[in-house]
Amino acid sequence: MASLLTKNERQLALGISILLALVGLAMAGAGDDRAYAAHGILIMVFGVGTAFLTISGYHAPEPPEGRLAQYYDDPSKVGIVLAMGWAVFGMFIGDWVAWLLAYPEMTFDAAWSSFGRLRPVHTTGVIFGFGGNALIATSFHVMQRTSRARMPDQLSPWFVLLGYNLFCILAVSGYFMGLTQSKEYAEPEWYADIWLVIVWVTYLVLYLRTLARRQEPHIYVANWYYLAFILVVAVLHIVNNLAMPISLTQAKSYSAFAGVQDAMTQWWYGHNAVAFFLTAGFLGMLYYYLPKRAGRPIYSYRMSILGFWGITFFYMWAGSHHLHYTALPQWVQTLGMTFSVMLLVPSWLAAANALLTLNGAWHKVRDDATLRFMMVAALFYGLSTFEGSFMAIRPVNSLSHYTDWTVGHVHAGALGWVALITFGSIYAVVPWLWKRQGMYSAKLVEAHFWLALVGTLIYVFAMWNSGIIQGLMWRTYNESGTLAYSFIDSLIAMHPYYVARAIGGLFFLIGAVIGSYNIWMTVRATREDSREPIADRPVPAVARDRALQSGE
Amino acid sequence: MSVGERDPHTGHAMTGHEWNGIKELNTPVPKPVWFFLTATVLFSVVYWVLMPAWPLGVTYTKGLLGIDQRTRVAGDLEKAAMKRATWTGKIEDMDLSTIQADAPLMQIVREAGPALFGDNCAVCHGTDARGGKGYPNLTDTAWLWGGDPETVAETIRVGINASHDETRVSQMPALGRDQILDRNAVLNVVSYVQSLSDSALATGGQADAVAAGKEVFADNCAACHGEDGRGSIDMGAPNLTDGFWIYGGDRQSVFSTVWGGRQGTMPAWESRLTLVDRKILTLYLLDLGSVRQ
Ligand code: HEC
Ligand code: HEC
Ligand code: HEM
Repeated sequence: MASLLTKNERQLALGISILLALVGLAMAGAGDDRAYAAHGILIMVFGVGTAFLTISGYHAPEPPEGRLAQYYDDPSKVGIVLAMGWAVFGMFIGDWVAWLLAYPEMTFDAAWSSFGRLRPVHTTGVIFGFGGNALIATSFHVMQRTSRARMPDQLSPWFVLLGYNLFCILAVSGYFMGLTQSKEYAEPEWYADIWLVIVWVTYLVLYLRTLARRQEPHIYVANWYYLAFILVVAVLHIVNNLAMPISLTQAKSYSAFAGVQDAMTQWWYGHNAVAFFLTAGFLGMLYYYLPKRAGRPIYSYRMSILGFWGITFFYMWAGSHHLHYTALPQWVQTLGMTFSVMLLVPSWLAAANALLTLNGAWHKVRDDATLRFMMVAALFYGLSTFEGSFMAIRPVNSLSHYTDWTVGHVHAGALGWVALITFGSIYAVVPWLWKRQGMYSAKLVEAHFWLALVGTLIYVFAMWNSGIIQGLMWRTYNESGTLAYSFIDSLIAMHPYYVARAIGGLFFLIGAVIGSYNIWMTVRATREDSREPIADRPVPAVARDRALQSGE
Repeated sequence: MSVGERDPHTGHAMTGHEWNGIKELNTPVPKPVWFFLTATVLFSVVYWVLMPAWPLGVTYTKGLLGIDQRTRVAGDLEKAAMKRATWTGKIEDMDLSTIQADAPLMQIVREAGPALFGDNCAVCHGTDARGGKGYPNLTDTAWLWGGDPETVAETIRVGINASHDETRVSQMPALGRDQILDRNAVLNVVSYVQSLSDSALATGGQADAVAAGKEVFADNCAACHGEDGRGSIDMGAPNLTDGFWIYGGDRQSVFSTVWGGRQGTMPAWESRLTLVDRKILTLYLLDLGSVRQ
């Protein structure tokens, strides 16, 4: 790996690794609490590890100039493998959490395995571990292809990818040890947050530098979305995590916000994390891999524009719909609700544009599970955005909020949209990246598709049912005007749905395991794609052979 | 590719852009999209005019309907309280034993009791109020502090070993761990305690231990649990002869109790539940007990 870096890059990589290891050492030595010191050791080990990786190729000769005539895909390859690893881990924990809700004794009396710690391990594992790695890996792939330019250097993509994974590991290991800021999706403590800022700004700069080198007159839609994702996540992350550590040698910190301002900042962040991490980034994937796989032009450039600006503009205001009927002033709730309603049309435009792009390729959707993953993902995207706008309406929200309906809605989006579009894109890109004819087994892709779809449907239907039952039970009164059911009654009524959800989740998890196996076998396969991948080159490559589209 | 090229399948014009093989059609945005977009925007504008919506420095637009969620909640709560007022007043004013004789009021107690108990007490005492290890069964005849309505209501109000100023206080001392009794004495008194509810023990193989334990009991335990082991309501010391156990009646559990002591904590509810709620709970528990017997 390191032998492909230039001499300068190797020196820099070694320098950064040593610096990281020293910071880790300082944290471990000076740390006043054990979790903080443990994180110091973890950072040190990580730094020493990357230092060794660099040293292993340090004295190799300079990489050949010829590399510059090819895209730089090694970080994308590693990113995809990491994404699948996180997928299996995060969904395993997700299913464990699901069983825990049905059988609470499954914590086995240990602190680290309590619900409160496993739940953020799940959310961080799937959103940031699985989703984040997939976004980084595919964005590197897409930005180079659609700019027809190689990345400007070879070190920053590694810094972004590995640095980001260090953040994820710090986050998850911290929860196991009980470290949290108690902000949903922003649980990691201050030092992990600062590290992510450094990584993320590098990511943004890398993306902009590559775009600046582009050989195409226009910037493709997928890049608008990826860029919105990177830029807005940077802003959200920095603002929501403003905090004062109680000391530089301790993990704990206090947020800069308090009370209702804290709640509003958190949900401005939380909702836009859904919007720009779980939506915009993945729309970037959709806009590249779906037309590519279908071999069809994007249905409408104008719909792309209207959809993009509608989504980015309206989403920014919608966060307060998470705080209906709370201490938040009502006018803020009104704005959140109305902007959520207006958001519906642009969201559907994006979904419709994707589905209409398949016009003329429906026979492929029928035969090709990879394309079907993407098609169904677009459907679930449409479904969840409709549901979201609906749930943002105050009276509807008074029934749905605090119930499993929300959890069902989240997973219609998370499983049906985020995970399916990712699996579809990964199945498309893996053979291209590793230059294979196709996936190791098309049958296994098919099996994964059906497991994922059935799992999602079981999950979502179970939560719709339980959510509505819960909501109704909580608001049922006796003749005398007293509550008809206690909270425990509603929990007992939820039990069968919790078991169903956990079974649905198990289907989904098995699908992910099969997918990982299939990808691994594709990577290991020795049979190279016999076709000359001539078209997959940055400019100045010669005129491309358009008949070879699917090989790119 | 030249501008003006058309997609053979849909017949729409192309934009002329191309990225790595991906092209775009220049299809116009369909009319219904503009219609629905306008509709949602109009809906929002109307909603803004009617409801509190936009900030204006330190205040905000109040909306033509004059709706405010705070006054609304207050109004809803008042309305709900009015509806309940037909019976809450009576429960508040009447004696517990008078209510017990009032069938319609007891009907309401049976309706309101389960949710009240389920939300506040079931975590410790179980949804069926039959308790569990460390938490007493509230439906049996064995009461630590007395089972008449006024006393039960008082226990709920002040709690046991709780933070309330008037809380009931009780403690089963750690006679073994604190070296007041040696191990042998503890073992003997355990046998004796068990024999109180299981008379077979007094004549069986443990007869000697039981006899020795009886003396230990008279010297160390009777002050609280009474000469005959029937407990003391003043001390909150349980009756040891009735076969009802809080901490378990098997040898190991009784040994742990006597060796290490016990001090259960029952929260005080005076500041958390209204008088009416506490009365309902008292009546509900006694009613459950009388049905179960
Ligand atoms: C945190 C756990 C807990 C909760 C919650 C709780 N209790 Fe208790 N309660 C106890 C314990 C423990 C005891 C026994 C104390 C002892 O052993 O001295 C007790 C004792 C009692 C007693 C006295 C029993 C007797 O024999 O005299 C009554 C009555 C009672 N609880 C009613 C209630 C009601 C009504 C509620 C709900 C409003 C409630 N408890 C909630 C733990 C709890
Ligand atoms: C200072 C008063 C006091 C003395 C002395 C005392 N006890 Fe207790 N005992 C209590 C109280 C109070 C409880 C109830 C503790 C609770 O519920 O938390 C109790 C509970 C018990 C229990 C548990 C009953 C159950 O239902 O699980 C046993 C058994 C018991 N005592 C045996 C003894 C024996 C044997 C001795 C003498 C060796 C003794 N106690 C001495 C006050 C006393
Ligand atoms: C095997 C598949 C999965 C299972 C079994 C699963 C299970 C769960 C469970 C049990 C919860 C807690 C719900 C509660 O607190 O009541 C949860 C929460 C959550 N999960 Fe998953 N999950 C899975 C996959 C995913 C994926 C792929 C994502 C995102 C990419 C995701 C995102 C989330 C989010 C955001 C929450 C928090 C929801 C909220 O706060 O309302 N999950 N999941």
